[in-house]
Amino acid sequence: MNTMNSAIDQDVPVKDEPETRGGATFNDAELEGRTVGKPFADDPKFTLRDVEVFYGDARAIKGISLDIAKNEVIAFIGPSGCGKSTFLRCLNRMNDSIDICRVKGQLQLDGEDIYDAKRDVVELRARVGMVFQKPNPFPKSIYDNVAYGPRIHGLANRKSDLDDIVERSLRGAGLWNEVKDRLDSPGTGLSGGQQQRLCIARAIAVSPEVVLMDEPCSALDPIATARIEELIAELSQSYTIIIVTHSMQQAARVSDRTAYFHLGHLVEVNETNKVFTAPQHELTESYITGRFG
Amino acid sequence: MSNHEQAALVRQSLKRRYRKERRFRFYGILAIAIALAALVTLFADIIGKGYTGFIKTTMTLEVRFDPKTMYLEDATDKDAFSMADFKAPLLAALHDVVPEAGDSDDRDLGHLLSSYAANKVRDTLEADPSLLGKTQTMTFLVSDDVSVYVKHADDPNYSIQLSEKQQGWVDQLQERGIIQNSFNDVFFQNGDSRDPGHAGVLGAIVGSVLTMVVTLLLSFPIGVAAAIYLEEFAPQNKFTDFIEVNINNLAAVPSIIFGLLGLAVFINLFGLPRSVPLVGGLVLTLMTLPTIIISSRAAIKSVPPSIREAAEGIGASKMQVVLHHVLPLALPGMLTGSIIGMAQALGETAPLLLIGMVAFIVDVPSGFVDAATVLPVQIFLWAGSPELAFIERASAAIMVLLTFLIGMNALAIWLRRRLERRW
Ligand SMILES: Nc1ncnc2c1ncn2[C@@H]1O[C@H](COP(=O)(O)OP(=O)(O)OP(=O)(O)O)[C@@H](O)[C@H]1O
Ligand SMILES: [Mg+2]
Repeated sequence: MNTMNSAIDQDVPVKDEPETRGGATFNDAELEGRTVGKPFADDPKFTLRDVEVFYGDARAIKGISLDIAKNEVIAFIGPSGCGKSTFLRCLNRMNDSIDICRVKGQLQLDGEDIYDAKRDVVELRARVGMVFQKPNPFPKSIYDNVAYGPRIHGLANRKSDLDDIVERSLRGAGLWNEVKDRLDSPGTGLSGGQQQRLCIARAIAVSPEVVLMDEPCSALDPIATARIEELIAELSQSYTIIIVTHSMQQAARVSDRTAYFHLGHLVEVNETNKVFTAPQHELTESYITGRFG
Repeated sequence: MSNHEQAALVRQSLKRRYRKERRFRFYGILAIAIALAALVTLFADIIGKGYTGFIKTTMTLEVRFDPKTMYLEDATDKDAFSMADFKAPLLAALHDVVPEAGDSDDRDLGHLLSSYAANKVRDTLEADPSLLGKTQTMTFLVSDDVSVYVKHADDPNYSIQLSEKQQGWVDQLQERGIIQNSFNDVFFQNGDSRDPGHAGVLGAIVGSVLTMVVTLLLSFPIGVAAAIYLEEFAPQNKFTDFIEVNINNLAAVPSIIFGLLGLAVFINLFGLPRSVPLVGGLVLTLMTLPTIIISSRAAIKSVPPSIREAAEGIGASKMQVVLHHVLPLALPGMLTGSIIGMAQALGETAPLLLIGMVAFIVDVPSGFVDAATVLPVQIFLWAGSPELAFIERASAAIMVLLTFLIGMNALAIWLRRRLERRW
């Protein structure tokens, strides 16, 4: 914790002396625990401190501290392989199913430890939903796809309640008008963009508090992408949304804050417009100006 | 290199590639053709040899239950009944239809009928004592020698045991319609018999079905449960690796070893009876389990991880992921593997010999602990028999077994189509 707070006070390395650092290579010591910008929030949904993730012996996340505020949209950006997905998947323990994966540090949701031994993963995932990079509807009907979550969590006792939830979720995902006449047809028969919205509907059907999205638009065309972005804007009224994206325009359009990751470090977090207009860290600047990544 | 040269090079290599492709396709077609030819030859041979097994030869006679020749005054008198001569009415009836035969021909004439014919006369009279003194039209199976002569007179593989005189009688009786060929219902109504004419596969079919029921009921649930546990729940460590290696080893163990194991464990240790479908099923379960476990694990592995992730992502528990998503998607593969394993078990002989299912069993088994035999063992028994008439029974039984196998494989395909996800 101490190192964290002091990290912010320390001078920002090198933004003002790019020549001396050349193409800017930083070693771990120079980046670890030195996140610049505003990593902390007053009213955090997630409180994450000194998070480290290992795949076997390889350290994929190297000591990240970050708060995620209630009802904010935060975008994770960074070059491929920098650990965005890994970090995201810690937040609802999707990493549990990877045998070699270990998570260290303090991760709290509403002040309660996520990785506590007594923590119920099922309950956690009902509160922290996830949308994946590739649309992955179940090979079942559209209705059953959306109804699955509420069913297993026992959210609806009567058929009419379930119907309501399905309709509400599909409306929330902007898919209702397209599928209302064919709820019984297979979810896998929809187009890629529709499938992804179906997955979003499925995620919000259990009324989670947080929705994690790992590159939700990477398989979609610009029009479908635009619809999902609109959707994120709407969802942000009631949900906390964490989105991983490779599109900086997308990050700029949808997010309140943007976090830049680099080789397992969290280099910079700040209000999105600040990150894109006045990045404080040299690596961030290089990345958003397209020099690498 | 100019663009032009490069294009020429590509064209050349294209030609080579197409040639390669054509050659490969030719090899493929050749392989399939060889396999098909082998199959057709096999079927033609078996059907050609065995179809006569489905034909029975019968003789229809007017039998007069004559109290005098039978030495039986009162059919309800038990002692007299057991002493009576039931061959006499048959002989008389034969003399009626073969008038040219003299008294000295009694032996030759009697030999035309199956040795069980007298039993039929006795049973008929026992069932209805009032028939004594009356005449009744009855149909009897002919003896093997007559049957072989009727069906295979022109076949050099069969040696005809009838004398010239007998052959003449049979020809004539056949012409008059007294000796007739018809569908061999006896074959599907009887168990084994010393007399080929009376030997049937029903006992073996019922034995096979009972054995398969035991095998299926044990091996499918155990195999699938083991596969699910190993794939989904077991920790990855040395011990599970060891188990995995051993399951693969078991799949390669010769089946006769399983028979020895069954003999040692189920019969000698647990004291279960010999020759019964229960023990047969247990042995075949041991033999089929590895196949089912391996194919079920492959089926589980082929379920796309994205589906699993999706279910976990909305908070399905491990068990729910398995029951709601993995199992339905893996089931067609599991069933196919299991049915192929069952088909193998159905055709298995060696391990069953060791647990005594090779005994000569006449009665159709009526339960899991009734002495029984199974189809492949029955075929093995008949094929080894010196009597020619049993050879065609063996071929016919092979056809029955193949029909079952084809039926099971068709079922596997049908189930697969039915259950495979349709989207
Ligand atoms: N299952 C795994 N086993 C071992 N190493 C992994 C595993 N998943 C990820 N890694 C490693 O962890 C590091 C971070 O991977 P991660 O998937 O989080 O990157 P990312 O930022 O999401 O990349 P991308 O933008 O390409 O999706 C990479 O070096 C990767 O090789
Ligand atoms: Mg990723």
